[in-house]
Amino acid sequence: MANRVLMKGAEALAEAAVRAGAEAYFCYPITPQTEVAEYLARRMPEAGGVFLQAESELAAANMLYGAAGAGARVFTSSSSPGISLMSEAFSYLAGAELPAVVVNVMRCGPGLGGVLASQADYFQATKAPGHGGFRFLVLAPASVQEMADLTTEAFDLADRYRSPVMVLADGMLAQMMEPVVLPEANGRHAIAKPWATTGAKGRAPNIVTSLYLDPEKLERVNDRLVAKYREMHEKEIRFEEFRTDLPHRLLIVAFGTVARIARTAIATLAEEGLSAALFRPISLFPFPEAALRRAAERAERVLVVEMNTGQMVEDVEAAVAETRPVDFYGRSGGMTPTPEEVVEAARRALA
Amino acid sequence: MSGNGAARTNVVYERPRALTPAHTHYCPGCTHGVIHRLIAETLDELGVRERTVGIAPVGCAVLAYEYFNCDMQEAAHGRAPAVATAVKRVRPGLVVFTYQGDGDLAAIGTAEILHAANRGEKFTTIFVNNAIYGMTGGQMAPTTLLGQVTSTTPGGRDPALAGYPIRVAEIISTLETPGFVARVSVHAPRQVLLAKRAIRRAFLHQIRGECYSFVEVLSTCPTNWGMPPQEACDWVAEKMIPYYPLGVLKTPRTGRVRIEPRPLEAALDEEAADGV
Repeated sequence: MANRVLMKGAEALAEAAVRAGAEAYFCYPITPQTEVAEYLARRMPEAGGVFLQAESELAAANMLYGAAGAGARVFTSSSSPGISLMSEAFSYLAGAELPAVVVNVMRCGPGLGGVLASQADYFQATKAPGHGGFRFLVLAPASVQEMADLTTEAFDLADRYRSPVMVLADGMLAQMMEPVVLPEANGRHAIAKPWATTGAKGRAPNIVTSLYLDPEKLERVNDRLVAKYREMHEKEIRFEEFRTDLPHRLLIVAFGTVARIARTAIATLAEEGLSAALFRPISLFPFPEAALRRAAERAERVLVVEMNTGQMVEDVEAAVAETRPVDFYGRSGGMTPTPEEVVEAARRALA
Repeated sequence: MSGNGAARTNVVYERPRALTPAHTHYCPGCTHGVIHRLIAETLDELGVRERTVGIAPVGCAVLAYEYFNCDMQEAAHGRAPAVATAVKRVRPGLVVFTYQGDGDLAAIGTAEILHAANRGEKFTTIFVNNAIYGMTGGQMAPTTLLGQVTSTTPGGRDPALAGYPIRVAEIISTLETPGFVARVSVHAPRQVLLAKRAIRRAFLHQIRGECYSFVEVLSTCPTNWGMPPQEACDWVAEKMIPYYPLGVLKTPRTGRVRIEPRPLEAALDEEAADGV
């Protein structure tokens, strides 16, 4: 019987990772997600895994690389400034085609910014998590339940694509408590990793590297990465629609926490006789362009709401701007758009 | 290899199994090849090649993974100790070593090496100190000697601008965490034999699960020092060893190198003797 328990988002994702068979977690404390580390400091050893508080995010992410290269199921979590420090290793993970899960509990920026929730790392997560031209598969939860579910899924996706996968959450999702049904523990080592550095016993040595001095070889590596991303586009699109089956003049597009605020706004708008629906991308990369286009075609206009100064709106425009006008409403710096503000933005859009 | 009767040959020297047949890209006279061989011989003798993972650095030894015939990972610049830490933690049955130069270990990777040593990670570091950045063409390293001319210290290293050369082995030796720390050289045959013994001892400490082990190897860079190989070996003996003395600095038995501060009040009184 599945048990519903009341948990913080940070702890739900941590427990889900343990149940997904995570063998090691490397971290450096940073608000607003340090609870993940505190939870795992107890839980990982109990589950027979490795917990290691590193000297920096830089070291933690490079530990992720080493352990992933040795074939272990591994993950780390951090928040925006820490994620920037980790970006060196992210690029090496992608180049060496190593599976790893990274959780970014976004806080507001730029710079040291503040500790309140934000979605300002959308560009960084979906376009360039590091140098050299590569992508993360990015999943954006909108509830404590999804913090657990998408973290679980992230481990399998990382193994399947031999690619880093990011769970892109925000401070609010990590700090809030909600009832959650935790996933059952799934088997470790579900996927064989014959490429891992486990000791060259009875075989030729395995080499984990992202160095290719021969340009033709390196171009082939890049081609292989592009092929993976194409496959992700074919198979890993995830999104949620709300009231898109009803007639609607406005399609609101929002992800994560903001999508929940938009739902409240949509109910208020309905009371006023203004019909609106919600499209919530869950996979931010691959971005659900085709599904979004279909949903937008049934509306007069599209309104993108974000907790930043306008990032996902560029992807939305790329998908629908030819056929539908796109408006944007955002708050930043740790300010959260209220349902009333979204209602007002919707009224303006439809005026 | 023993054969039958008349076909018997007495092999006195051959490539260790732990080295691949690849030709290295190292410059003539560079001692990286010697150090590679010492590690490879050690892996063979200890019978651990098939359960060893080496971590290659960024720098001249960046392609070490093509020369060591064991599983290898290529780390980002300076991060080999973090990578090695993780490999060993998730696969404790493996023998893990990092092979790092002075730029990699003593500049960009200072935090990683110090904290790995301080956590007492059970892997072995071979630290190749040739007092210069070789791969990028001869820039100042943290270990560049005072007055040493490099492409970024054209007037010689000036301590007022660049500080003094860092003695990493000494720093690590002061850590309370047990460890094995030695400094060796490969500029002369006798020193090569001693270096081999130190490297072997370092791996033994790891294999027994005792402690972190660190062997600094003074090495030559004829190309970037701008001198022929024999002169480079002499330079190690005459210039480097006086600043970087050879020896065993720390073992689990001897414990850390102790620094005894002078009593606070007396020392401050002495300082105040200048009247300020």
